[in-house]
Amino acid sequence: MTKEERIENLNRLSGTDVRKCMKCGKCSGRCPAFEDMDIKPHQFVSMLTKGKIDELLESKAIWNCLSCMACVERCPRGVAPAAVVEAVRDTVVRMQGKNGIKAEEIPPIIDEYIPQQLLVSAYRKYNK
Amino acid sequence: MKISYYPGCTLKTKAKELDVTARLCAKALGVEMEEIENWQCCGAVYPMGTDEIATKLSAVRALDHAKHNGGKLLTLCSACHNVIKRTNEDMKTNDDIRLRANNYLKLDEPYGGETEVLHYLEMLKNVVGFDTIKKAVVNPVNRKIGAYYGCLLLRPSGVMAFDNPENPTIIEDFIRAIGGTPVVYPFRNECCGAYVSFKNGELPKQKSRKVLTSAKEKGAEEVITACPLCLYNLQVNGEGILPVRYFTELLAEALGVKE
Ligand code: SF4
Ligand code: SF4
Ligand code: SF4
Ligand code: SF4
Repeated sequence: MTKEERIENLNRLSGTDVRKCMKCGKCSGRCPAFEDMDIKPHQFVSMLTKGKIDELLESKAIWNCLSCMACVERCPRGVAPAAVVEAVRDTVVRMQGKNGIKAEEIPPIIDEYIPQQLLVSAYRKYNK
Repeated sequence: MKISYYPGCTLKTKAKELDVTARLCAKALGVEMEEIENWQCCGAVYPMGTDEIATKLSAVRALDHAKHNGGKLLTLCSACHNVIKRTNEDMKTNDDIRLRANNYLKLDEPYGGETEVLHYLEMLKNVVGFDTIKKAVVNPVNRKIGAYYGCLLLRPSGVMAFDNPENPTIIEDFIRAIGGTPVVYPFRNECCGAYVSFKNGELPKQKSRKVLTSAKEKGAEEVITACPLCLYNLQVNGEGILPVRYFTELLAEALGVKE
């Protein structure tokens, strides 16, 4: 796949129009995971616009985004930074051997209170 | 009145008290929750990727079942509500997703988002009415209570249309109806840390503590939620800063209903 095709794929998967971004930074200002993100929500948007997808695919932030939609709520331009983060994460976990969690890592951290919802959510977000 | 109900997997296991108290209270208020047949787990998180179809089918199946059984689908877990409502919006407005989901399902009649998705709190407000609840209260819950909305009920607000996403009031109105004093605090619509504990356990710890500390500083004696994951994060990571319970447990207390 050419680089242009890979960029186009990420744009399509995200379903959001990153070119509408006016770089106000409100999304990052509202992000509850901001400090844990090596690439900030507004940078996901601008880097995709510029086609810097290799850096995006290396980001650690995809594991810390909470899908809380606060960034989407705040964006004055109708861009969905959360959907760009998800598109990058989907692209990564769909690659061979790139799942975010391994089944054998789960039992040691499980406690008797963990709701099924947490296991299902984490698996849906981090594994394919 | 009867209404089709989607309980979800967590309410059948770790969050049984949410399901049980909700059913008892609904019954006392004249609403019969009819669990839909053969429901499957909704997947707990709404898949945003535009090519995700298979991950949405269980929600579509539940929605289609409700379409033929009263036209409304009642949800209770915030996560189920978020997934099912957003999927319903896709089925209503996204031609590509609707076509591909229907191609998979081969229903007698294609599903196009006809069902109305209703959260239990919306049912209390719009079907039963908070005034009716007020009159049915036998043990007023005379405490200072903080409503914890989290994210899933409110956002994205364009689709969820649940309440004002920055300044919601429905749970505070609910607290007043059962005789309590609502405590408004800044972090009530901030995320608790969601599902990231397997990747970064510190994040939910910090987020949950912030929520509970914020509620405590404003004078809350306890916090209520509609989400099993919020409850877990707040309880386990919040290290008992405040007690956290399901809103339906307080409703049951107020209505004096027990199993
Ligand atoms: S969805 Fe992710 S990127 Fe957006 S505000 Fe929430 S945590 Fe931050
Ligand atoms: S809030 Fe919207 S417009 Fe502002 S930086 Fe973020 S994506 Fe761009
Ligand atoms: S959201 Fe949770 S409770 Fe609801 S069905 Fe799915 S995983 Fe289960
Ligand atoms: S606050 Fe946490 S568990 Fe609750 S809705 Fe947000 S992500 Fe979910």
